Amino acid sequence: MKSLRKPVYLVCGDYTMSFGTGRKEFNPKKSRPGLEHYIAEAGQAVVGQLPDPTVVDEGYVGNFMAARFNHQGHLGAMFALVHPSFEYKPSTRVEGACCSGGLSVASAVKSVLADASDVVLALGVEVQNTVKAIYGADILAGAGHYAGERKNGHAYFFPAKFSDRAGAYKERFGEKGTWEGMGRWYEQAIVNARTNEKAQEFQNADPDPFATHQAMKPNGKSFCDHINVLDCSKVSDGAAGILVASAVGLARAGKTPSEAVQLVGIGHAVADLTTAPQDLTKLTTSQRAVEQALAMAGLTIKDIGVFDIHDCFTITGILTVEALGLAPHGEGAAYVAAGKTRRDGPTPMNTTGGLVGWGHPTGASGVRQIVDVYKQLTGKAGSSQIQIPADRPYGLTISMGGNDRTVVACVLRRAA
Amino acid sequence: MDLDSRMSLVSVVGAAGKMGSGITFLLAQEMARLSLLPENKGKLYRLIAVDLDPNALRGLQEYVHVQAVKAAEKSAVGLRALYANRPDLVENSEIIEDYTRRIDAMVWPTTDLAAVAGSRLVFEAIVEKIEIKTSVYRQLKELCPDAYFFTNTSSVPIGVLDREAGLGGRVLGVHFYNPPPVQKLVEIIRADSTTDDVVAVATEIGKRLRKTLIPSHDVAGFIGNGHFIRDGNHGLAEAARLAKEHGWPKAFHIVNRVSQDWLLRPMGIFQLIDYVGIDVFKFIQTVMGKYLPETLSDPVIDRMIEKKVLGGQNPDGSQKPGFFTYEKGRIVSVYDLDKGVYLPLDPAGWTGEADAALGPLPEPFRPWKGLVGAPDRSAALVAHFERVAAQRSLGGELARTYLGRSREIGRKLVADGVAFDADGVNGVLTSGFFHLYGPINDYCK
Repeated sequence: MKSLRKPVYLVCGDYTMSFGTGRKEFNPKKSRPGLEHYIAEAGQAVVGQLPDPTVVDEGYVGNFMAARFNHQGHLGAMFALVHPSFEYKPSTRVEGACCSGGLSVASAVKSVLADASDVVLALGVEVQNTVKAIYGADILAGAGHYAGERKNGHAYFFPAKFSDRAGAYKERFGEKGTWEGMGRWYEQAIVNARTNEKAQEFQNADPDPFATHQAMKPNGKSFCDHINVLDCSKVSDGAAGILVASAVGLARAGKTPSEAVQLVGIGHAVADLTTAPQDLTKLTTSQRAVEQALAMAGLTIKDIGVFDIHDCFTITGILTVEALGLAPHGEGAAYVAAGKTRRDGPTPMNTTGGLVGWGHPTGASGVRQIVDVYKQLTGKAGSSQIQIPADRPYGLTISMGGNDRTVVACVLRRAA
Repeated sequence: MDLDSRMSLVSVVGAAGKMGSGITFLLAQEMARLSLLPENKGKLYRLIAVDLDPNALRGLQEYVHVQAVKAAEKSAVGLRALYANRPDLVENSEIIEDYTRRIDAMVWPTTDLAAVAGSRLVFEAIVEKIEIKTSVYRQLKELCPDAYFFTNTSSVPIGVLDREAGLGGRVLGVHFYNPPPVQKLVEIIRADSTTDDVVAVATEIGKRLRKTLIPSHDVAGFIGNGHFIRDGNHGLAEAARLAKEHGWPKAFHIVNRVSQDWLLRPMGIFQLIDYVGIDVFKFIQTVMGKYLPETLSDPVIDRMIEKKVLGGQNPDGSQKPGFFTYEKGRIVSVYDLDKGVYLPLDPAGWTGEADAALGPLPEPFRPWKGLVGAPDRSAALVAHFERVAAQRSLGGELARTYLGRSREIGRKLVADGVAFDADGVNGVLTSGFFHLYGPINDYCK
């Protein structure tokens, strides 16, 4: 996408709880709601804010691996669950591993820009707690290159991929500082999750998450060499949704620009899935997508007041700080350790906890991130609300799939 | 020592009992590992599982399968390395499935003792009756003239067994703790007649099964039961004394609490006897008593057995009624030995009165669970027992007496030559009974 040929608005975003370990009500032995429930709950939370939900023209459902987690394909047609008037309207399921939610929003944006629709419901969903973690690892490994890297891969395939990144970063830039930065990222995730009652770590009562993280040394015999389980995003069930609309669509939906955010830049990039990243200490695809989005918006990183980025692991948070250009290569860990990404820091990130704290229902995360930035920019973030600086009224999201292979970055601002 | 070749045909006699099934599973795991090594490709591995009870053998198969799945899921990281040369098995699920199928197929259940023929390693975990053991071993030595015999007895002297069955020194006590897959401790008991190679093979197997091996001399009861039975008898005698004033439920409650909370053990002494089984406790008392110049029977145990209150576990692992009844592993009522009924715990009533008689716990109090992985554990233990030493309450008094008796038992095990040294005694209690400290210590002296 080269430029936005007309204004695109996002409005009425909402999400379900992120459900899984960490929530007191979660019991792996008890039966739980399925995909249908989450799609309906998130979708209805969005269209329930409209005087007349029949204005929705189209739907997208971002989902990664329901075919394996839930033995269910064909999620596009679950769009019709959301409202009776959606029967016979167009809807498509989109997939790009953990970037599926980002792709759902990007697809909705393109549909609006193409004049195909004026009001589009972008949904994302994943229900992962159907299998034990060791089998979930097989399923999520599908985000890597099965033929090329699965056989020689680790039992916990993706944690090990990012453990390798953490190991490379430690080796190059120092073990102590890296580990401290990872611990601070974890602490920040928990602190922010406690502000959001739908976050999976909302009930986390650890008086010192940083100390807990630092005390849990990585153990390659039972897990990974360079990260512990706290460095990982959560295994989650959940869904998120938001409306993407043209100016005409926004009016038809009965919403004013003051209630909405406007998309001012979007970047979408992939790297070859079958090739390993050249430098494990860099997220080059994320960097490229962010550059595209900022260029389209005519902004620099200094203009961004709030971020929601894809911290599938704590190390990813650190690498992303560098990919964004906030810290030079090798100084991301120190940037995080200095508190600069905290909710009271200069570049607040993941104000509801991110993937480590809020949770990571893979197909939903990219949509959930847009929803959180929309809420922050429109003052709807409740107890997660931070002050958005007047001279930096922009928010930035990164939705990343696999090992930095598919990325969608969005830049948003309050519409009026 | 030719362990790897001995491991291709192994037998477990008494395989479907609690100890036998755990041992069977452990061996199946090691044999599955061997079968996966490239140099052993195509080689047949068989684990003959003999038991008299066909229903129990069916249960064994189910148990082994469930344990194999759990173990494979838990150790998937290492398992993938073992399957590195199997390009056809890629996902964790495929590897775990192959591994569990391999273990299932390894175990050959049978009720026919003759099926052990040709085995070169035989583990035995049958009933603790010397006459029965002797008669089985006489058959075994004919069936497997080349085998080393490892008996899981916890109380029969190995030398007696060797002599009566005529095993020519090819027998060794290899005493697993319950449940064998979980408990790290294995007591190794060699008779004077046991040959060195038998010990070497057992030591290597123990290492491969990742067990902590502690040698014990061939004195009935060895270290583990040598301490447990006498320690239990102390608790029982204390309860009998207290029962005169407080009645049985309060007495059981008090002594159980002292042995758990004041002594910082994972469970109280009567809960432990319930776990082991009151009948099993009696059985070990009897077997040990037969070989030792010491009376080990206890009138409380005998009365419990008379009333058919036996403890032990249901097949699903839940606890049967003994000194206590349990719900989800927690004590909910206490036995009244005179009335033959269970009295529900009543914190506002009798239980509260018993707790008041005990007096408060030494504060600040950290229970066993909070100390077991604590980095400051040894300092915390010293501080705890200093507070116990200063207590002028019934709890403090009972705890000091208990601690003293446990120490006396430990020292006697060394003096009588059952244990090689104090470390042996302390090692058995810490690794086999999960105590935070050994009985031979300087606390409250």
